[in-house]
Amino acid sequence: MEIIRSQKKTSDDEAASNLSLYRRAPDLEVRLDDFELYAIDRLRVLRGISDGLSRGKRPDEMEKLVNELWKTSMRHPDATQLINKDLISHFVLRLVYCRTEELRKWFLSMETTLFRYRFRLENPESQRMLMTEFQLPYKALSYVEYESVKDKLVQVSRSIGQSSNFDTIFFKVPFEEVPELVANRRVFLLKGNAYVAMNQVASIVVSHFRSNLSKALVLTNRKWTSTIKEQEKDRLTPIVEALGSSYLGPDYSQPTEFTDISLKDIDQLANSSFPLCMRHLFNKLRDDHHLKHGGRMQLGLFLKGVGLKLEDALAFWRAEFSQKAKVDYASGKIGSERFDKEYAYAVRHNYGKEGKRTDYTPYSCQKIISVNPSVGDHHGCPYRHFSEENLRAALAKMGVAGHAMDDVMDKVKNRHYQVACTMTFEAVHAASCDTGINHPNQYFAQSRKLLESKVVISESDLNLVLSFNRSFLF
Amino acid sequence: MTMEENIDERDDMQIDAHALGNQQLNQFSFDYLKVYYGKLFPYADIFRWMSYGNEGKHPACDESFFSRREFSFTLENDVYLRFQSFKGATDLENSIKEKCPHKIDIGPVYNVDPSRRHAYAQGGNNVFMPVERELIFDIDITEYDDVRYCCSGSDICLDCWPLMAVAIKVVDTVLRDDFGFNHILWVYSGRRGVHCWVCDGRARRLSNEQRSSITDYFHVYKGGENSLKKASLTGPVLHPVLGRAYKDVLLEYFEKKLMQQQRLFSFEERYQKILDIIPDKSVASEIHEKWQGSRRSSTSEEGRWDQLKSILQSGKHKALRRCVEEIVFTYTYPRLDMEVSKHMNHLLKAPFCVHPKTGRVCVPIDPNQCDDFDPTSVPTLSMLIEELNAGGLQMDTKNGELERTSLAQPVRFFRSSFLQPLMKSCKEEMESAYNAKIQQSGKSSFNW
Repeated sequence: MEIIRSQKKTSDDEAASNLSLYRRAPDLEVRLDDFELYAIDRLRVLRGISDGLSRGKRPDEMEKLVNELWKTSMRHPDATQLINKDLISHFVLRLVYCRTEELRKWFLSMETTLFRYRFRLENPESQRMLMTEFQLPYKALSYVEYESVKDKLVQVSRSIGQSSNFDTIFFKVPFEEVPELVANRRVFLLKGNAYVAMNQVASIVVSHFRSNLSKALVLTNRKWTSTIKEQEKDRLTPIVEALGSSYLGPDYSQPTEFTDISLKDIDQLANSSFPLCMRHLFNKLRDDHHLKHGGRMQLGLFLKGVGLKLEDALAFWRAEFSQKAKVDYASGKIGSERFDKEYAYAVRHNYGKEGKRTDYTPYSCQKIISVNPSVGDHHGCPYRHFSEENLRAALAKMGVAGHAMDDVMDKVKNRHYQVACTMTFEAVHAASCDTGINHPNQYFAQSRKLLESKVVISESDLNLVLSFNRSFLF
Repeated sequence: MTMEENIDERDDMQIDAHALGNQQLNQFSFDYLKVYYGKLFPYADIFRWMSYGNEGKHPACDESFFSRREFSFTLENDVYLRFQSFKGATDLENSIKEKCPHKIDIGPVYNVDPSRRHAYAQGGNNVFMPVERELIFDIDITEYDDVRYCCSGSDICLDCWPLMAVAIKVVDTVLRDDFGFNHILWVYSGRRGVHCWVCDGRARRLSNEQRSSITDYFHVYKGGENSLKKASLTGPVLHPVLGRAYKDVLLEYFEKKLMQQQRLFSFEERYQKILDIIPDKSVASEIHEKWQGSRRSSTSEEGRWDQLKSILQSGKHKALRRCVEEIVFTYTYPRLDMEVSKHMNHLLKAPFCVHPKTGRVCVPIDPNQCDDFDPTSVPTLSMLIEELNAGGLQMDTKNGELERTSLAQPVRFFRSSFLQPLMKSCKEEMESAYNAKIQQSGKSSFNW
């Protein structure tokens, strides 16, 4: 990164639009204070976006949110410095967030979201300019071609609830280039081409932005580990490292407190301290002796984070799955043998003992909320994915009732799933949870903290009672 | 193994068959499997397929292509060998004959020979990773357990096969018409479902993200097991891909086949599940009362379905119009195992394997004839061995032996309708890529 030690200010060729593609780091001099302050301001924006996403905000709500976040956090008293602040903060955070896979993923996702909504706010003129900058060689559909598929195009736009836009220009694009539009069935597909409306072009540009940034982050990481980290160890490295840890909560990949979770306690712990999503998976596993892939991952990594050791995890899953196999007529095999073949690898993989040997981190609420479970799946966030009836029943089982139940359901209706989970925690533990729930393992940790202190109290109470009884008897 | 031994075995087997009933006949035997791999397994065809034209003499051929493909074997004692790779057809054949795997899986083509992945990864920043892989789909009948009543679990019969036929038709049409793919192979998985291999160059080079987008394009199920409504259709009209599936396939199969075969409206427990899909509880209970009360008037499946349709579509309940479609989608629309399709490095069982539990051979399915496909009468290992033995001691060429068995037709179908067109387009693709390259280099040398 040359920004820091740079010589002269040269180009403002990217000033055509306020939106930068961040193709290369700018040649600017940056004061060390600004280096850090700008980065913190941008982090505020990204954290705000992350929060909005985890609350399941709709695109129009997100657009508003991003606009507000940007305006409040990315201000600068000197209007000419706005673009520089944008560039500098972006490239500083690249350094901060290039250093692990998990950090890169988070940054990539947030920056892409930010870019998407900023692009949407641009006028069509500069949108087209940005397209040219990305060198997207798409030709608009000719009249004849348009007429031949017009009915379908109208049908697609009606199916996604948009008024038919007859005037708009359409582009014919290989479907590979617009995965997002394909995934959400927002385009008409014919023989490998997607018919993309002008207002959807954002998606194409965004996917280019994303893939460029993704590659750049990997390169930055290489540079960071090979040179920058050492060169800057007295100046930038401490700032970068502090920035990275201060704003991203713990990832719960290593259990810190309450490390010894043993198999015999697990049912009791599930009952008292698992959040609903994990309780549900756990109970389903106990009932059916089986979970599908998504459920195995979500629960398995959670248990790892809670402190279940690899050997215990293997024993736990083996015990369940072999019961299933015993019931399974068709496979006349001994269950544990089948387990060792089909699932042990996956369990060991989660613990970083197979394959890539990555020590996988337990899923956060945001990730769990954003999945799309299919038929037969039990993973995901119950507050988001259960029907109202099922959710009420599940909450009642946890002991949530009356007002508390209504409050939780009210939050669910407004799609504040994590708030609903936090309120459930509060109702179940009869204690407040000011931090809010962002991670199933955090739920567990806080629950243990509360309950263990209670246990201590009740034990000493018991002693009191005993000694009282004793003195009474004798 | 000599012919005489085979004949002896056949005699033994007949005795077994009398003693133990037909069940025993279909079972899987290690010795039979050895004969199968020795005489019938179509190595050359699998090799040509997996080479995608690179086995030829053309200057654009990539000689290392086939050897960078991962195969994995599951052996008799559940030993699982991953990252096997082979130099060519003979190497592949020898290894399969020697190891006699119960199951052969095919993985992706990697950037280096998978058997040398460790040596490669030690060289600094090298990453061992997949570079090409067919787009694959796996559809299991077990996914449909909540909408079929004839069997459950791994069983499949002619009454629930239409669910698979629907899946094949819908997926095949979308792959061809929407995504423009041409080289699609459908295979019976030998037990409870079907596999699909999309082999166009464009499909093989898809990134994981693009693969995900295709599976999501198919996906209509929301909310998992705990939400009552299984298929969720939003928006005022259906997207063309769903509209076409509904109009051309789903509705017809629901009304003409599944409704009757599964007797969806005859039992309270079954029709209650359908009524649960209706969001307006008063309408649902109104219909429920009608059906519970009247035994005569509308007891036939069609009668009740017509009644349900006319109530939901009457216009009285505007919010319920989508309901008819949602019911039909829930009971018929393909349920893909999404994870299989999303990642390049997912393994999938090779065609022409023998399923160890059923003894059935994983034969190709003609998507245009998938209604007539009968999973219960595909060639089985013991059937094939018997057919081989019936030929007696004739000294035939290898192909001649294949011709004597009921595997001949599936292999012929594989060659004529899948392999040959694929080879042709691989050659064309290679030729045009090569010419483009020549032209490019011609130009630059001219400039120079």
